[in-house]
Amino acid sequence: MRFLSKSLSVAALGVVAFAGAAEARDQIQIVGSSTVFPFATAVAETFGKTSGFKTPVIESTGSGGGLKLFCEGVGVQHPDITNASRRIKSSEVERCAKNGVTDIVEVKVGYDGIVIGNSKASNVLEVSKEQIFLALAKEIPGADGKLIPNPHTKWSDIDSSLPATKIEVLGPPPTSGTRDAFVELAMEGGAKKIKVLADLRKSDKKAFKAVAHSIREDGAFVEAGENDNLIVQKLEANPNAFGIFGFSFLDQNSDKIQGSKVGGTEPTFENIADGKYGVSRSLYFYVKKAHVGVIPGIEEYLAEFTSEGAWGDDGYLADKGLIPMPAEERAKYKKATETLANLTM
Amino acid sequence: MTDTAMTTEAIKQEERQSKIRANLKARHAAEKRFRSYGLVAIGAALLALSTLFFTIISNGASALFQTEVRMTIQLDSTLDPETMRAGDYQILIKKSLRDMFPDVARRDRKDLYAVVSNGAWYELLNHVQANPDLVGQTIEIWLPAADDVDMLMKGYIDRELPESDRRVNDQQIAWIDALVANDAIEKKFNTRLFTSGDSREPELAGFAGAAVGSFYTLLVTLALSFPIGVAAAVYLEEFAPKNKWTDLIEVNINNLAAVPSIVFGLLGLALFLNWFGLPRSAPLVGGMVLTLMTLPTIIIASRASLKSVPPSIREAALGMGASRLQVVGHHVLPLALPGMLTGTIIGMAQALGETAPLLMIGMVAFIADIPGGPTDPATVMPVQIYLWADSPERAFVERTSAAIMALLAFLIAMNLSAVLLRKRFERRW
Repeated sequence: MRFLSKSLSVAALGVVAFAGAAEARDQIQIVGSSTVFPFATAVAETFGKTSGFKTPVIESTGSGGGLKLFCEGVGVQHPDITNASRRIKSSEVERCAKNGVTDIVEVKVGYDGIVIGNSKASNVLEVSKEQIFLALAKEIPGADGKLIPNPHTKWSDIDSSLPATKIEVLGPPPTSGTRDAFVELAMEGGAKKIKVLADLRKSDKKAFKAVAHSIREDGAFVEAGENDNLIVQKLEANPNAFGIFGFSFLDQNSDKIQGSKVGGTEPTFENIADGKYGVSRSLYFYVKKAHVGVIPGIEEYLAEFTSEGAWGDDGYLADKGLIPMPAEERAKYKKATETLANLTM
Repeated sequence: MTDTAMTTEAIKQEERQSKIRANLKARHAAEKRFRSYGLVAIGAALLALSTLFFTIISNGASALFQTEVRMTIQLDSTLDPETMRAGDYQILIKKSLRDMFPDVARRDRKDLYAVVSNGAWYELLNHVQANPDLVGQTIEIWLPAADDVDMLMKGYIDRELPESDRRVNDQQIAWIDALVANDAIEKKFNTRLFTSGDSREPELAGFAGAAVGSFYTLLVTLALSFPIGVAAAVYLEEFAPKNKWTDLIEVNINNLAAVPSIVFGLLGLALFLNWFGLPRSAPLVGGMVLTLMTLPTIIIASRASLKSVPPSIREAALGMGASRLQVVGHHVLPLALPGMLTGTIIGMAQALGETAPLLMIGMVAFIADIPGGPTDPATVMPVQIYLWADSPERAFVERTSAAIMALLAFLIAMNLSAVLLRKRFERRW
């Protein structure tokens, strides 16, 4: 019994003592997108090894989750930087401002392509965005222009040039930024090309978005979880299936999987970099200006991220699968980090 | 008359017996079937388990070795380790590679430099800083090869594939073959896996940071959940009156044991981070959240082991004039302790494998530094496994399995100690 009461009081004391530990922080805290995560962690590691500062802590919370944490306020208990695989929304800027986070520095990091890939055991697929929409949308316009549940079961039902295999696409769940970008770029891009839907877009934008952004739920599209690696492994096992994932996974597994041509363009490093490949997006991170100078190392971290050795054409981020921006864009954002220019929407 | 009665009776008897005999056959057959179902069930479970072990071990065994390159580095006496930066060490390594392959054209040099790990300079830096008197000498040092080279050496990259489909090009294969011929490239035991923190370069990554994080987290969990759990169990079992309030508490504890663990994470986020203002990503908070999760398990196990102490012991002690506290402290608790410890260890093992509640409090994160205390940012073993499984680099696949092996080893050790404790101290009445 004595032992028990002793250890109880020691534990209670310990909790009280540690409660005061939150006051100081000498380590950068970063949250946000799982797509930017592999790049941000590579920079953080190099920064930690070369600068003498502690290695920043990076959480993979998703773009939306990261911005939510980021906008919660100014102070050591809130993160300093958030990564995003899309641009910050004006609603998020307002939310930030309401919580006192008024000065934000925006840094564009580079580009990421979204790949529709399959196993090398099968042929390369050549699709248009329109065909992607027709294959994966929940509802498509029928012969009379009215919306009908997607009737296509085989790729060849859409167009005879496509293979006569079952439509089976593995992709990320709705919480993923990759899914957001895929829906916006490929599905919406394809829907715009269909006359009936293009007209709908002019008359009722909301209704158009509802159609363009809804992915079918009848088993042709399989939500395979946030883990892109898992999708890649499943593709290997099933040569008839296609998967949707980030370019870096294609880059690392080029011996086993291949990317489909979208609109006649292959998802290669060069095609994504010069904007030819249609399904690519920009990656960003956002810095809380009020924390610069308070949390040690933020300026140096920014300098490391924006150095040519990191995000340049031959930098280590390119090795990790990031597609660098053109030199003048890099110069622009590097300057923004040096002057800590405020975000302009 | 009696004869006929006898015979009818005998016939009836005969009929009954034959019925029983037939029935008996069916009953025996049913028992046999049931036994074979049981055997099949056990066989299926064993098969699943052995498949799991086989895949994990066959995937993970190769991670115990890492390809390293023997490099000759000239440390000129003009160099000063105090002021040397990362780039200076990188130049030394590049120069050494160029000396090994002097005829490589300028445009191919990038491919040549890619044979050695991106982070090799850091090991060179540590080596030189630890031995400053090496300056002025030419040293020989084994540095880690890049992950792609490692995968090639381990046979995970197929040389027969067309060059564009491989991450290692023909020229690099030629260089590697030349190194192999010179015994300058070798697979060595991968100590980094056990001594380093996380890294984005698979060849440098290790799970030491996560293991230390798990240790601190479990330490906090144990320090909080064992005393609280045992005290709660002792009070409820030995002192509390039996009324609807204690019934209500008991039902609630049993319910809590079945609550999904992510809920405890949400509670931890609201309570410990937002309300108490404790640091994010800290094992302290992780331990507190896991305490909430394991408490019901420990309380239930402790109560069961208190219940199994025969009342005669309590009555005898009371009869000798001991107070109730003395009865519990001197007699009941020592007898119930082995069972309590078993429950605690099983609860701890459960906590060791948990990731969901830690997601909410920021412990699912890339943390390269090995934590020095329970308030330093840290991650835990299962999170490390999750993060590696999600990394695009091929070399992380084997490391994921290696980390799973380590976690399984810890779990087996903990469960084994629970079994031993029970065997050693358990008493039967």
